[in-house]
Amino acid sequence: MGILDSKIPSGPLAEKWTKYKNEIDLVNPANKRNIDIIVVGTGLAGGSAAASFAELGYNVKTFCYQDSPRRAHSIAAQGGINASKNYQGDGDSDYRLFYDTVKGGDYRSREANVYRLAEVSGNIIDQCVSQGVPFARDYGGLLDNRSFGGVLVSRTFYAKGQTGQQLLLGAYAAMNRQIHRGKIKSYTRHEMLDLVIVDGKARGIITRNLITGEIERHSAHAVVIASGGYGNLFFLSTYAMGANVMAAWRTHRRGAFMANPCFTQIHPTCIPVSGEHQSKLTLMSESLRNDGRIWVPKRLEDAQAIREGKLKPTQLKEEDRDYYLERRYPAFGNLVPRDVASRAAKERCDAGYGVNKTGEAVYLDFDAAIMRYGSEKALTSGLKNTDDGHIRKLGEEVVEAKYGNLFQMYEKIVDENPYKTPMMIYPAVHYTMGGLWVDYNLQTTIPGCYAAGEANFSDHGANRLGASALMQGLADGYFVLPYTIGDFLADDIRTGPIPTDSVEFDKVEKDVLDKINKLMSANGTHSVDYYHKKLGKIMWNKCGMSRNVKGLKEAVEEIAALRKDFWENVKVPGAADDKNQELEKAGRVADFLELGELFAMDALERNESCGGHFREEYQTPEGEALRDDKNFKFVSAWEYKGEPKDAKLHKENLIYENIELKTRSYK
Amino acid sequence: MKIYLKIWRQKDASSKGKIVDYTMNGIEGDMSFLEMLDILNEDLISKGEVPIEFDHDCREGICGSCSLQINGRPHGPDRLITVCQLHMRSFKDGDTIVIEPFRANAFPVIKDLIVDRNAFERIQQAGGFISVNTSGRTVDANSIPIRKENADKAFNAAACIGCGACVAACKNASAMLFTSAKVSQFALLPQGRIEAAERVQNMVRQMDLEGFGNCTNTGACEIECPKGISLENIARMNREYLGASIKG
Amino acid sequence: MSSLIKSSIARKLVMALSGLFLVLFLALHVTINLTSVISPDTFNQWSHFMGYNGLVQYIMQPVLIIGVIVHFVMGIVLEFQNMQARSIKYTKFKGAANAPWVSRNMIITGLVVLAFLGLHFYDFWIHEMTYKYIEANPEDPTRYYTETVEKFAPMWRTLLYVVSFGLLSLHLWHGFASSFQSMGLNNKYTPSIKSFTKIYAVVIPLVFVFIAIYHHLNPITH
Repeated sequence: MGILDSKIPSGPLAEKWTKYKNEIDLVNPANKRNIDIIVVGTGLAGGSAAASFAELGYNVKTFCYQDSPRRAHSIAAQGGINASKNYQGDGDSDYRLFYDTVKGGDYRSREANVYRLAEVSGNIIDQCVSQGVPFARDYGGLLDNRSFGGVLVSRTFYAKGQTGQQLLLGAYAAMNRQIHRGKIKSYTRHEMLDLVIVDGKARGIITRNLITGEIERHSAHAVVIASGGYGNLFFLSTYAMGANVMAAWRTHRRGAFMANPCFTQIHPTCIPVSGEHQSKLTLMSESLRNDGRIWVPKRLEDAQAIREGKLKPTQLKEEDRDYYLERRYPAFGNLVPRDVASRAAKERCDAGYGVNKTGEAVYLDFDAAIMRYGSEKALTSGLKNTDDGHIRKLGEEVVEAKYGNLFQMYEKIVDENPYKTPMMIYPAVHYTMGGLWVDYNLQTTIPGCYAAGEANFSDHGANRLGASALMQGLADGYFVLPYTIGDFLADDIRTGPIPTDSVEFDKVEKDVLDKINKLMSANGTHSVDYYHKKLGKIMWNKCGMSRNVKGLKEAVEEIAALRKDFWENVKVPGAADDKNQELEKAGRVADFLELGELFAMDALERNESCGGHFREEYQTPEGEALRDDKNFKFVSAWEYKGEPKDAKLHKENLIYENIELKTRSYK
Repeated sequence: MKIYLKIWRQKDASSKGKIVDYTMNGIEGDMSFLEMLDILNEDLISKGEVPIEFDHDCREGICGSCSLQINGRPHGPDRLITVCQLHMRSFKDGDTIVIEPFRANAFPVIKDLIVDRNAFERIQQAGGFISVNTSGRTVDANSIPIRKENADKAFNAAACIGCGACVAACKNASAMLFTSAKVSQFALLPQGRIEAAERVQNMVRQMDLEGFGNCTNTGACEIECPKGISLENIARMNREYLGASIKG
Repeated sequence: MSSLIKSSIARKLVMALSGLFLVLFLALHVTINLTSVISPDTFNQWSHFMGYNGLVQYIMQPVLIIGVIVHFVMGIVLEFQNMQARSIKYTKFKGAANAPWVSRNMIITGLVVLAFLGLHFYDFWIHEMTYKYIEANPEDPTRYYTETVEKFAPMWRTLLYVVSFGLLSLHLWHGFASSFQSMGLNNKYTPSIKSFTKIYAVVIPLVFVFIAIYHHLNPITH
């Protein structure tokens, strides 16, 4: 077991959570009023946790770098949220959701955590509907579902292409209710710069007021890190521009282990890069794969003609197209999991079949769906002998009702009409399965410090299935942390307020100020973005969709060198005691430059291919990922020891008692 | 293309601001408007100047951070998009573009093009919620059937991203569209009806306290709203408010 | 209740209700005026009735005056608040891109109409009050037609009337339909209300203008 105790309760899988809840310590309502909790990040996990804590009676302080909790990047999640409600009667159950998630994660997640996630998933939907989240409904007034990748049932609840927005606004509303009652104090435009540990327990944070530049001390009896993922390590990603790893990384530097940092999700359907000026990538929801068919030309010469603009995709005959996902994975077709779809796209583009100028794009085609829906609509409307043009028009209307906002988004960015010509898509960094190591309580290796949502590593293994991130964020915040944090806080009912004038706070604040001064005084030649872009290129080329020993070793070296250069030559204009976006970015990139190296080391250490982690040395003759359960059926948890290269690896062995480990097949 | 920029610069909330001219060369149509500003900022940094601060985050039109008044219109000349979705192909070589922060007394400038939209927060905190506990021990989701039409309308109102374009576009700097979107969403759902009267009264009271102007039904907000929130919501809020007030 | 009166929405309701009342009054006014073109006797009869009927004089007239005062006082109060809501103006503001001129300039059209009302009161109402109560002249049910037509003899007054009714038309163009929105009505009837507004906003002022020009061109020859 080592020093990693996952604290998984005993008993049969399906009873663990209930049994555990009955056994953990509780804090009585009167005492909760004397206990403070800090929540960093106000996305689905942080927002729902903060609202739930406040409702239980704790005093909560929330922190976000945006000007409103409502702007956390959960807002951008498009497709949906899974729940094992089995409203469609298609055989869904908690067990199936659990099974699909563990399998989808390529058997690198913890059984007990995932089962609990499946178990509470139904409650999330009930909760959100009560809060007024306007999920899509059918004409009977009941909730509608759609399908997502990697599963054979329809269990995804959605609100058009804005499910994340609606769920986040639900959590935000729940927060607002508590802010109104004075139970939550919301600090916006504040960034957590460090964690303060007193007597071995997380007791506070140091923040920077992003408007005034003021460094502030905040104390509490427990700290929850819900600051999201670290995909911006790649510079170009579907993350928000400000998304960063600072809170999580600085917690890591204070003793929390970082788990599976190399497990990154590269989402298959994003709008391709258009040029050097590009600042971010835009996702086209996975839900589009319900209706869109992915293809490239069958012949290299056609691909070349398309790239040169001599041939239009619509001119290519059906038999000249290679629907490579349908060809390779007949059972799941276009709805294979994300890692599989992404790698398949890369494989085709690397082989020379890419369809945009840079050769890094494949088609996502709605023509078949438009005609199918059109004919259906014509039939149900009692129209006979309608021509193709009319059917197409009807079909376009149906598609617009389903995905209108996504199509509009695409048209705005690419300047092509996706109803008339197939969309061009390419994989992009989208989510990080890795994160702070947590036990069953979601507690990190620092007592009193918890991690929730994307910031922790717990539920998705080596690959996350679509519509599971929203589920996990809300499960952690609404239904897990409110119980498990009480078990820790039960010891604190007599502690009283934590003073902020202690030597521990003094010391951490000094560290923070030193770091800021160092950044401000570097006075070098290059902007922060210069380094960020360089880091992103290294990450994408050597730690991206496919990785090998040589590249990873180079990445470790290059990132270390880049980090050294950064600290000597970065240029941060403006002042530290002022609104200063460059200083904000500099702090974030400094952390990415450390995490990047650890990421590459982790990928190098894991000599197998699993989920989103594809090592070229470990693949089947057909090019599928080759897992090594004998040697790598564990969670890598890295302990900070100064320089990233000195980080110490701890292993948490994964035990599968309820699922038989199999080769993941979607064929 | 070559673009001439006139950008509002203001050191902080208490300083006086002014329009500063910049000229940009080599701008491509595929660049987003904010990427054009990124390039300008890189240039300023290399010259040792302080870059221009503007709010932005998701850059895909959903977080509601970006808030620029471009050539006299919030989010620029195109309809149904935010600034981050605006591309330079909407401009021509040689164009002059005036960029200002959203202006309203309820949205004081923090720095350059960044404004403080906490007034919106306070309006939401005053009543933008359904008072249901987060325990998950509510009724089964499907035990509350909702007419599809109402569910769709509630969704359309809920699509508001809280960017403040409605206030920026309104000649009176009125926040009626923003406030009414949340009031409408909940008023249309059976879950929200229970406290509908208190909600609308509390939210409108807070809206008035923040110093926004009055609605004169010009419809500018609806035209400029990046999410197409309808004026129907304002009418619904008027109805809800007056009804609630009469019932006492 | 006091909080209700202070609320922006209630004040808008006051604007809407007083406005709609004035819209209704315009219809009555134009109908009576129109008789002056058709039949001087009818015009005299109706005018006399309006001038001496107790209900009209002591109930409806004060209500009308209060309606007018409420509408313009509230309009000015709201405008003042609106101006205060944005004290630092935009360098560039393209209001025309998202809202029609009439909707953005109700204060201008409104103030012009108000100024016209001043003249109109002076011309007719002050005259009536002086005739009836200060000079205490006897009732004369035949004087109205002549008095009215004579008013339109000078070119300047006729022109002022024409211009003012033009602006009244603009004011109605936005205000009429807008008052329904303020009262919370925006539904399937809204397009019809908007169409009716446009017809009303054009026809009513046009008839007034027609009457003014008609009398200007057809003076009473003694």
